[in-house]
Amino acid sequence: MTDFVHPALLFILGAVPIPFLKGTIRKAYLVLIPVLAILAVLTVQPGSYGAARFIGQEILVAKIDRLTIIFATVFTIMALIGMVYALHLTRPGQHVAAFVYVGSALGVVFAGDYLTLYLFWEGMAFASAYLVFAQGGERATRAAFRYLMVHITGGVALLGGIVLHGLATGSLLFGPIEGGPIGGGMGAGAYLILAGFLLNAAVPPLNAWLTDAYPEATVTGAVFMSAFTTKTAVYVLARAFPGTELLVWLGTAMALYGVVYAVLENDSRRLLAYHIVSQVGYMVAGVGIGTEMAVNGATSHAFAHILYKGLLFMGAGAVIHVTGRRKLTELGGLYRKMPLTVALYMVGAFAISAFPFFSGFVTKSMVVAAAGQDHRALVLLALTMASSGTFLHTGLKLPYYMFFGTDRKLEAREPPGNMLVAMGMAAALCIAIGVFPQPLYALLPYPVDFEPYTGVHVTESLGVLMFTALGFVLFLRALDPENTISIDTDWFYRKGARTFMWLAEKPLARYEKAVSNVSETAALPFLHGTARTGLRVDLNAVDAVVNGVARAILNGGGTLRRLQTGVVTHYALAMIAGVIAATAIFAVAWQ
Amino acid sequence: MIERIVGFFGDETHATRRRRLFYLVLVLIVVADFLVSREHAEYLWERLPGWSAVYGFGSCVLLIFVSKFLGHQGGLMRREDYYD
Repeated sequence: MTDFVHPALLFILGAVPIPFLKGTIRKAYLVLIPVLAILAVLTVQPGSYGAARFIGQEILVAKIDRLTIIFATVFTIMALIGMVYALHLTRPGQHVAAFVYVGSALGVVFAGDYLTLYLFWEGMAFASAYLVFAQGGERATRAAFRYLMVHITGGVALLGGIVLHGLATGSLLFGPIEGGPIGGGMGAGAYLILAGFLLNAAVPPLNAWLTDAYPEATVTGAVFMSAFTTKTAVYVLARAFPGTELLVWLGTAMALYGVVYAVLENDSRRLLAYHIVSQVGYMVAGVGIGTEMAVNGATSHAFAHILYKGLLFMGAGAVIHVTGRRKLTELGGLYRKMPLTVALYMVGAFAISAFPFFSGFVTKSMVVAAAGQDHRALVLLALTMASSGTFLHTGLKLPYYMFFGTDRKLEAREPPGNMLVAMGMAAALCIAIGVFPQPLYALLPYPVDFEPYTGVHVTESLGVLMFTALGFVLFLRALDPENTISIDTDWFYRKGARTFMWLAEKPLARYEKAVSNVSETAALPFLHGTARTGLRVDLNAVDAVVNGVARAILNGGGTLRRLQTGVVTHYALAMIAGVIAATAIFAVAWQ
Repeated sequence: MIERIVGFFGDETHATRRRRLFYLVLVLIVVADFLVSREHAEYLWERLPGWSAVYGFGSCVLLIFVSKFLGHQGGLMRREDYYD
């Protein structure tokens, strides 16, 4: 173990001292840990580390191969960028949560067995939910609770799947699910695991948690969230389900789904969130196609995506930070006051749209080309159409209505220096990857036999993109943002919960009232009589006993009341403690 | 420098020059698409120079109007207080 420092531990244990550090020392520390983690990832050697036995099962805390290393590399780089972006925050809560979140995501990426994976998977859900709670206010709190509940449900499905899969195969080691695409027919356990993974990848209809919660998170929190949850899901899918036909179609549908909703969206960060759905669609489809080139494409696209999506969220976040506004109908004309933000945002926009010499061009095209090579014409055409939509929204609509368009005479200035530096770092990487793709290609899990810069590829890409711009210019008025929200699949649980509450409040309450009416007219006189008799007995004999019990309950109640603080984080902590206790009891009982 | 570039895309005074430049770029792209070699074309449409321009424009228009149709006629877009 001495030759391997687990980067997840660096972050999770590294989160402990943060609240005790002040001022410049804390800032230095917040940057130092991600830098150390990057170094740790750069120096790791492929292999297996931390093997042990737990409740009669093999545990492998870290299993490292090329796929692990590339995801860990981009996660630690993004952690550094995100931390620089969040340096101006004075309260430590979000820094701690972000550290635990990044650490958990790395824990998942390194996990060699399902139990380790599950532990970090849940850690990710709780830590990231804090980044939404931290925003404060009723909207954010409600969204955070929905986010947490959806993820806990997904976690339960995953755990159920892990148990069933473990019983069926006799091993909890994490790897390609046997009998999946090749052997035909996956077991119920494998399907449950797949469902848990698909939920975190935000595959429709399990996508609404993402677009519901991310725009409600804090400005800095959303930057972290945009990077880690969905991409860990892509990683586990690539690890366990490469070549699963279902994923090709889900991914393709997803790429278009996000784009369609983005047309309707008025909230700047929700629009970007729908583009996460769309972009992750490319990765899911790539994993589904499953050829070496497709998995390479999905992996490299995840790498590029984390950086440009972080950059886009940082740009939109900077606007929210200085103006306090998030709706496109209320924004406009900021370009004179924040030109640097505009320029940096546009680098992210060109990268996500896959313009030549930006990162998306050398990664997205690999997925599209893999679809073509695998004779999937429909997938190829659908993904190309989604590319057009991506540029239409992130590259044209959002910047037009946010930075240009109608000048709303808003008070604005460039964001704090640390935000600009973080955006600059991400932008530099977006361009560097686009211009020099070879170092990224060298990190990919399989040897790369793909040349992005051919004449026909460049002209075709530019053709699709610039003629999309022509469509935008011609039909600009049709794209004017409207002051609305869009119904997504969260409708089912948001309205469903309301129906449940209505049931509880109306029919059940009426039933309860009817019962109490009966008791008042018929039972009460009888009860009064008996009560009087009882009173006599009670006063003399039972009182002493009852008083004793009542006092005990009163004291107990007081203690309980002190425990019920109403602070969500305390409840979350109690839940985690409960999970650990349950696991311990389970462990003892198993053996 | 960045300020001037951003200003070029925002300021009303450059509107005409901006539009001319844009159309020039469009023409150049289509011309270039006719000139590049297409040895590895696998699909029928890939052999047609300029197909990507048509497809990009078509996709854009289709996405705008299908989405807006779903939003307005399909009932996906609701008032902001819909869930309150």
